Amino acid sequence: MTPRTLFDKLWDAHQVKAETESTPGVLYIDLHMVHEVTSPQAFDELRARGLKVRRPDRTLATLDHSTPTLPPDADGKRPYYTQEAEAQVARLEANVREFGIDLMGWDSPQRGIVHVAGPEVGATQPGMTIVCGDSHTATHGAFGALAFGIGTTEVGHVLATQCLLQRKPKSFAIHVDGALQPGVTAKDLILHIIGTIGIGGGTGHVLEYTGEAIRAMSMEERMTVCNMSIEAGARAGLIAPDETTFAWLAGRERVPKGQAWERAVAHWRTLPTDEGATYDREVRIDASSIEPSVTYGTHPGMVVPIHAPVPAAADAVEQRALDYMKVTAGKPMAGEAVDVVFIGSCTNGRLSDLRAAAGILRGRRVAGGVRMLVVPGSEQVRREAEREGLHEVFRAAGAEWREPGCSMCIAMNGDLAQPGQLVVATSNRNFEGRQGKGARTVLASPLVAAASAVAGRVADPREYMNQEAAA
Amino acid sequence: MSTTSRPLAYVHSRTAVLRNENIDTDRIIPARFLTTTERTGLGKHCFEDWRYAADGSDDPAFPLNQPQARGCSILVAGRNFGCGSSREHAPWALLDYGIRAVISSEIADIFRGNALKNGLVAIVISEAEHRWLMDNPGVELRIDIAEGTIRLPDGGVVRFDLDAFSRHCLLNGVDQLGFLLQQQADIAAYEQRTEEAA
Repeated sequence: MTPRTLFDKLWDAHQVKAETESTPGVLYIDLHMVHEVTSPQAFDELRARGLKVRRPDRTLATLDHSTPTLPPDADGKRPYYTQEAEAQVARLEANVREFGIDLMGWDSPQRGIVHVAGPEVGATQPGMTIVCGDSHTATHGAFGALAFGIGTTEVGHVLATQCLLQRKPKSFAIHVDGALQPGVTAKDLILHIIGTIGIGGGTGHVLEYTGEAIRAMSMEERMTVCNMSIEAGARAGLIAPDETTFAWLAGRERVPKGQAWERAVAHWRTLPTDEGATYDREVRIDASSIEPSVTYGTHPGMVVPIHAPVPAAADAVEQRALDYMKVTAGKPMAGEAVDVVFIGSCTNGRLSDLRAAAGILRGRRVAGGVRMLVVPGSEQVRREAEREGLHEVFRAAGAEWREPGCSMCIAMNGDLAQPGQLVVATSNRNFEGRQGKGARTVLASPLVAAASAVAGRVADPREYMNQEAAA
Repeated sequence: MSTTSRPLAYVHSRTAVLRNENIDTDRIIPARFLTTTERTGLGKHCFEDWRYAADGSDDPAFPLNQPQARGCSILVAGRNFGCGSSREHAPWALLDYGIRAVISSEIADIFRGNALKNGLVAIVISEAEHRWLMDNPGVELRIDIAEGTIRLPDGGVVRFDLDAFSRHCLLNGVDQLGFLLQQQADIAAYEQRTEEAA
């Protein structure tokens, strides 16, 4: 039999009908995650046609994008940014009731950002196809699932038929050799990868991350890497499942139990890419050469090591990006004055991210004039962080400890920066205006973000690690 | 309600040009307008943070505000148009603004799929041809979906690839959900086959 890649195996196993010259294939979807922003028009379409949700048991909803991260008032009223945001959340609550879908809603201890909460409850499993009306669905690829973002029309297709019309993308292997240095994280690696292949470098492809540095990563680190595949233009990013994956999933609510678990793991062991299988494209990255990295421009591919000079603009568009960011070619990003620090999002809002940031903030203070928001990715992350006392570390340092949600990553819930403010953010997009009109975003790891909060300027976390906090 | 039900064979218009590369979906429609539960009415917010001056009037520096760009329904844009999020609000906003076709040398995957499903023709052409269109705003083009051609005023023809199914759906107003619903017997058979095996 012809050797196949992980991607080939996932694709082949979900073909209801193979593609032909004249029609795309029909691809079966094992898990459809739904949130309030990209679903209302799809539910309207079903209603207009008198259709039901084909598989409510394969559909799971959450509230995350439009939700406030400040607690309700004494009367239980939540401080929505706008009436429209509140109405959008109410619409999803009504839609899941009408169509019989599970919702991790306000009263659920499992509510969270769709790409944090889905894996936590064990809904995300190796070998699956997973979609959501959200481009960061690639996150779930960390488990060896083919996971990608779709538009609202396709949300309707999956609700009604559990299928999508798809042509097979090309494959692209990213081999990451060696080991990351101390103080260098999964976030620095993926920023480096995007900087290397470019923000359109993965267009039309599904990425597979392989190699020693990937195998050494925890599941949370793998999710950070796969999360940002779309920032390189790739709809999906994959990592082959292994013992780390199985150990992380074991015992979670929605995974198979008993003998069914054993059978599932046996199947999952067959998924990794076969010896001799080939990819359409391949690139090698040396993990040991990567420094803590930050963005300096207005897309995630404009990235540099923190002490390296910002490159000269190659054209007028790049110059406009430097002007918008108010950064100077030839100068490093380290030392740029910071106004806001945001720790959270589906990229870096998990427990290990909060631990990393707290490790730097413990016994230190956020610099005067800097506002710092820490937003856990889910209720579970919040509970675990609070059990460890991380919220006290953040509060003692002068940071705000918020309720779970997408928050300042997409800035549609009122958590946003003012025009001109520089935000060091652990999220995934630094587009113009992404975090508020005129806001200037620098993407970074939780370590860099925490160090920058303390320094009041973009700072190298290694200056704050392996040494006692200042008394 | 079905968004692809209107057959579309040609788009005939002068071009407006946005030279910027990597025009992301936050540029096309900022996230703060995504709390809508409708598909309609987003045109007034299309390129919101780019097209208006501080006092809310049209910023004359924004290329689409210039007199010769008014009324153009073909947008020629820099490489990697539509990168970023999966928000279908981006093609909805462009259509409501009056754009019927986007031409670039590279268009992001999710945006392109969303656009075609809404009858917004998203076309990728070669870099040389793209550069010429970028350098010559306001030319009168006739996009022929069936032929896969763009006709220039001087008689020149630019060919583009469009997968056969997208072409068929545009030309005949085929509703893709209707097409998928016709596959239900095969879908049920697939479910039976795979769920028994599990």
